[in-house]
Amino acid sequence: MISGKFFAAGADRRIAITIAILVAVAIVVPILNLALPPDSALHVPSYMVALTGKYLCYALLALSLDLVWGYCGILSLGHGAFFALGGYAMGMYLMRQIGDRGVYGNPLLPDFMVFLNYKELPWFWHGFDQFWFAALMVMLVPGLLAFVFGWFAFRSRVTGVYLSIITQAMTYALLLAFFRNDMGLGGNNGLTDFKDIFGFSVQANTTRSALFAASALALALGVFVTWRIVGSKYGKLLMAVRDAESRTRFLGWRAENVKLFAFTLSAVMAGIAGALYVPQVGIINPGEFDPANSIEVVVWTAVGGRATIVGPIVGALLVNAGKSWFTGALPELWLFALGGLFVAVTLFLPKGIVGTWDQWRARSRHRAAPDEADGDAGSEEEVVVRVEPRPAAQLKPPHGGLAPQPAE
Amino acid sequence: MSKSGTILYLDGVSVSFDGFRAINNLSLVLDKGEMRAIIGPNGAGKTTMMDIVTGKTRPDTGEVFFDGQTDLTRHDEAEIAMMGIGRKFQKPTVFENHSVEDNILLSLKGPRSIFPALFHKHSAEEKRRIDEIFSVIRLGDKRHDLAANLSHGQKQWLEIGMLLAQDPKLLLVDEPVAGMTDAETEETARLLKDIAKTHSVIVVEHDMHFVRELGVKVTCLHEGSVLSEGTLDFVSSDERVVEVYLGR
Repeated sequence: MISGKFFAAGADRRIAITIAILVAVAIVVPILNLALPPDSALHVPSYMVALTGKYLCYALLALSLDLVWGYCGILSLGHGAFFALGGYAMGMYLMRQIGDRGVYGNPLLPDFMVFLNYKELPWFWHGFDQFWFAALMVMLVPGLLAFVFGWFAFRSRVTGVYLSIITQAMTYALLLAFFRNDMGLGGNNGLTDFKDIFGFSVQANTTRSALFAASALALALGVFVTWRIVGSKYGKLLMAVRDAESRTRFLGWRAENVKLFAFTLSAVMAGIAGALYVPQVGIINPGEFDPANSIEVVVWTAVGGRATIVGPIVGALLVNAGKSWFTGALPELWLFALGGLFVAVTLFLPKGIVGTWDQWRARSRHRAAPDEADGDAGSEEEVVVRVEPRPAAQLKPPHGGLAPQPAE
Repeated sequence: MSKSGTILYLDGVSVSFDGFRAINNLSLVLDKGEMRAIIGPNGAGKTTMMDIVTGKTRPDTGEVFFDGQTDLTRHDEAEIAMMGIGRKFQKPTVFENHSVEDNILLSLKGPRSIFPALFHKHSAEEKRRIDEIFSVIRLGDKRHDLAANLSHGQKQWLEIGMLLAQDPKLLLVDEPVAGMTDAETEETARLLKDIAKTHSVIVVEHDMHFVRELGVKVTCLHEGSVLSEGTLDFVSSDERVVEVYLGR
């Protein structure tokens, strides 16, 4: 039923196409990498698979930020923390997979613990030898942190720039905490030297391809879930809270709960992105909590276009591809380019790439058929209303689209 | 004074902000089914009074009872809204990025928790309610438009429609005709009189023609307490009202 609705009447063709592309990429890229000989023109080199797999995780992180920032106006400057926590949960599983193959050959304790004279495994490392447990923690730890943090922040009605600052403080506090050796999570060096995942070598091409496919599918799922949420009545409420929070309160809605749900779900998505990221890059260390990382996520999302679902993905892929090229060609200029990009986007493309494209399309369509937009209310109204309960308002904006949101 | 039979009962309410007494020993009683117009100069405490009733501001002292029995000072905005008090703001506040219909949809009486909203399906009953509200506020031809594209007056009506969708017992309407044309003002008076047949209403307004149009009991506030109360003719001939508000 969902898929019927999904492909009906172009309810939102762009989302469908995005999901289709991601699924296709998840299937085709591993085949092109593994089945074709390296000298074939269509062969995808392994380093490309690893690199794009990493970008797809970033895209999922940007999408999770879009859910709270684009749709609910919560500018989180600490989303990297949820990503890193998901990454650490996965890293702990990978550490336990090393077993006695570490430098010190201790069957139970990871190398850094032997080095730091740990006598036994800290309590919170138990269970991470099981993948299901680690997978649960990947979602539970960021989700729980977001829930507790959000519960206090939203209940106290901390909004706008103050909320942004405390999210930043949160990730910074975690950065400092994870740097400590007595945290039991590898301190400065973090977790690394991974060997296996599910018994397959993390270095193997097949494993890398599988992780790439998993990242693409996770992103596709993230797009689908975000799209369904944003299209529901709850999604409308989310945007209503963004635009006129006090109005929603006086209508009887608990704005803090509306935000809390989105914030927690978003943190879980970010955690999953982090968990897929770690085996692909082979390391997780406290640097991932760096506030600058979280701010970079904001830049990707803004560049792609807030509240567009596809925008943050485009933004994350483009900016990171740019970063890879830049840091290779002109490494000392990258940070200037990133800063300049953010300034330029804020000034000239406040809606981001996708948002500007939509605006341009809507304008040219409007010019071509000025009456078409009002024609919806005619005889096919019944069908339109049922198939696409989302109004013209959100995703096909013939009336001018979303008003620009303040960046707070 | 007895609380029974009242929809709203304020007794000895005071609130100060940084030493400024916005509301000073205010007592005001609204009977069930009554419509009341509240007038008064700027800073008389009209909006603060609404903030107190709707739970946005907690009074320092005094009693605020709804429906004769519920102590409103113990509840917050969302709870008070769910009890059946609807509020229209001075500046029309609608969800500009949503269609007019979705504005009403989000206001319709019903469960207010997250999961029902997440798995919400449109029902025939809802559609009927929405149509009913559109026939009252006369915005049916705009229902698929973005609320941002409505005129100022239409936004005021949409907000009143959103209140009606909540199916409240008491409506607090802050300056409904500010910025409206004369024709729109007349239309709004008609609309409010219609609503008052089935609801209790408090209207705050500066426009004396509009207040006359409503033809209801008038309360004049000044410096946070009641200065004069009665018919419009009585209040507007009251020396003190003339002094502080209407001018000679």
